[in-house]
Amino acid sequence: MSELLQHIINMLVLGATYALLGIGLTLIFGIMRVVNFAHGELYTFGAYFVYLIAMVLGLNFFLAVLFAIVAGCLMGALIELVLLRKMHGADIDTTMLIMIGAMIIMQNGEQYIWGGIAKSVHSPFPQTPISLGPASISWLNLFVFVTALALIGAAYFLINKTKLGKAMRATFQDSDTASLMGVNIQRIYMATFALGSGLAAGAGALLGPVYVIAPQMGNIASLKAFAIVILGGLGSIGGATIGGFILAFAEEIGAGYISTDYRDAMGFLIIIVVLLFRPTGLFKRVERIG
Amino acid sequence: MRRILPLLALVVAASIPLWIKDPYILNTFVTTGIFIIAAMSLNLLLGYTGQLSLGHVAFFGIGAYASALTSLGFDVTLFGKFHVVHEPWPVWTGLVMGVVVSGIFGYIVGKLSFRVRDAYFVIVTISFAEVVRLVALNWVELTQGPLALTNIPPVAATIPGYGTFEFYSKTSYFYLVLAVLAVSYVIISRLVHSRTGRAMIALKQNESLAVSVGIDVTSYLVVAAVMSAGIAGAAGALYAHYLRIIDPDVFLFVYTVTMVIMVVTGGKGTLAGPLVGGLIFGFIPVISRSYVGPELQWIIYGAFMILIVFVLPEGIVPAVEKWFAKNKKQDVSASPAHVQRAS
Repeated sequence: MSELLQHIINMLVLGATYALLGIGLTLIFGIMRVVNFAHGELYTFGAYFVYLIAMVLGLNFFLAVLFAIVAGCLMGALIELVLLRKMHGADIDTTMLIMIGAMIIMQNGEQYIWGGIAKSVHSPFPQTPISLGPASISWLNLFVFVTALALIGAAYFLINKTKLGKAMRATFQDSDTASLMGVNIQRIYMATFALGSGLAAGAGALLGPVYVIAPQMGNIASLKAFAIVILGGLGSIGGATIGGFILAFAEEIGAGYISTDYRDAMGFLIIIVVLLFRPTGLFKRVERIG
Repeated sequence: MRRILPLLALVVAASIPLWIKDPYILNTFVTTGIFIIAAMSLNLLLGYTGQLSLGHVAFFGIGAYASALTSLGFDVTLFGKFHVVHEPWPVWTGLVMGVVVSGIFGYIVGKLSFRVRDAYFVIVTISFAEVVRLVALNWVELTQGPLALTNIPPVAATIPGYGTFEFYSKTSYFYLVLAVLAVSYVIISRLVHSRTGRAMIALKQNESLAVSVGIDVTSYLVVAAVMSAGIAGAAGALYAHYLRIIDPDVFLFVYTVTMVIMVVTGGKGTLAGPLVGGLIFGFIPVISRSYVGPELQWIIYGAFMILIVFVLPEGIVPAVEKWFAKNKKQDVSASPAHVQRAS
């Protein structure tokens, strides 16, 4: 029983960061119709940025996390401007190839700059975990969980309560009509990509200190983000949030009760099973491709 | 012209070992040839049916493992009680098994994943490749996991009355790869010019129209997937017996990316595309390795890929064909016959 409780606590921490990854990816797909293969690289970017600020420059850890999110947004805006702006209206395969190119460049760039040896970030939190009855949670994990929830909340607020969010939702529903109503589509695309990238960088900035940081960590993050987004239905923000927690749950349970070797396989099995039986995702009925 | 060109290319390719003696360059030709075969098989799906399979390396790796395991033998216990022992078989049966097993997986994956399209299809195929990689990594009893399958025997052919010939030298392996490449080329060429091929192209151009005129889309897609997987399996089997060591890294996503870059650069949906793209990307490492490290080389790959999509979205071969066609048209417009017709 205490084991299960511990799994649930781990699931919540992991799930909140997975949800961040998933929301970013699903926004970009929903609004721009771009399958962002570089998503995991922005996650890696966020993690390395924290390392740069907190460990190399020796500045405050919390400042490093904040800077990483801002830097992720700027990086996303830059990618949109350089690589995607000219490709509006191109078919999905074309932009996908571009993003795969971007992924290769970013990943090998990280490898070139930081080398292949994994880096670790020391958090300013005390090492002794907080005891919750039979289970426990470390201070760092609690910080990760709370910050991730705050970021998810901020994303929801931005999308649902602000003017920019309204324009984004309008573009998502029908970009031509939104454009006729005076929405600057190019600006929306840039904002979307920046927001999605910032969320991915945030997930990386939070999980980087929990694990170690390596150039290849983005591959598995991208694939997990795809799993989450498919689980929730491509383009569904609520679906991606719940999808993040479901994936984390499946991984925790799979690792805890089946085999730790196949922990990372859970996401792919979920993708395959969901697409075979409910291709539109668990929570969405609006759209179906194919 | 269209018939002569491939034959000419074959003759030129066959003469390569006669004038290139540098073992490193010859080695590059062998591995490039293997990847060209894999890229040709990917082109069948990506170029002719329009389905971007980003899990193609799974078939390559399955072919490699199936062939290696058939010729090495294995001894596994399934579900804790069924004991399966396989004695080593001759190597050529391994190659056949590589194609067959890969083709069977192509059938299963095709049957299941062609229910979805576009982004969904891409992600299902990637997931499949990742699951296969994790199985190869973790089913240590069968695959040795990260320790790799070693001492894979070289390909040997026994000709009655002449004894056994081992494809051990680079030159002999070059001809073996060239032969498989030529056979694959002919198979793909026959397929795309057949009724099946026309159906595939029809559904790439307009799937709902193809369905409405009675083309059974899924079954044609599955045919393409099986052929494609089988050929990729052959390439993987050749790879395993050439390197003589195979580990789960053979399933890495970067290999799929390499194949995709080859196809897209050369020109998807053209027979010559994967050959041209494959040669370019097979030899970029040879040229660049004296100047830059592996990371920068990959960065060049990525930049090249983006550049191609921006500048030559259809690839090199269609661009060259278009250029020739344009020149021909200009010749025609300058001829008197054209002037007469115009007047």
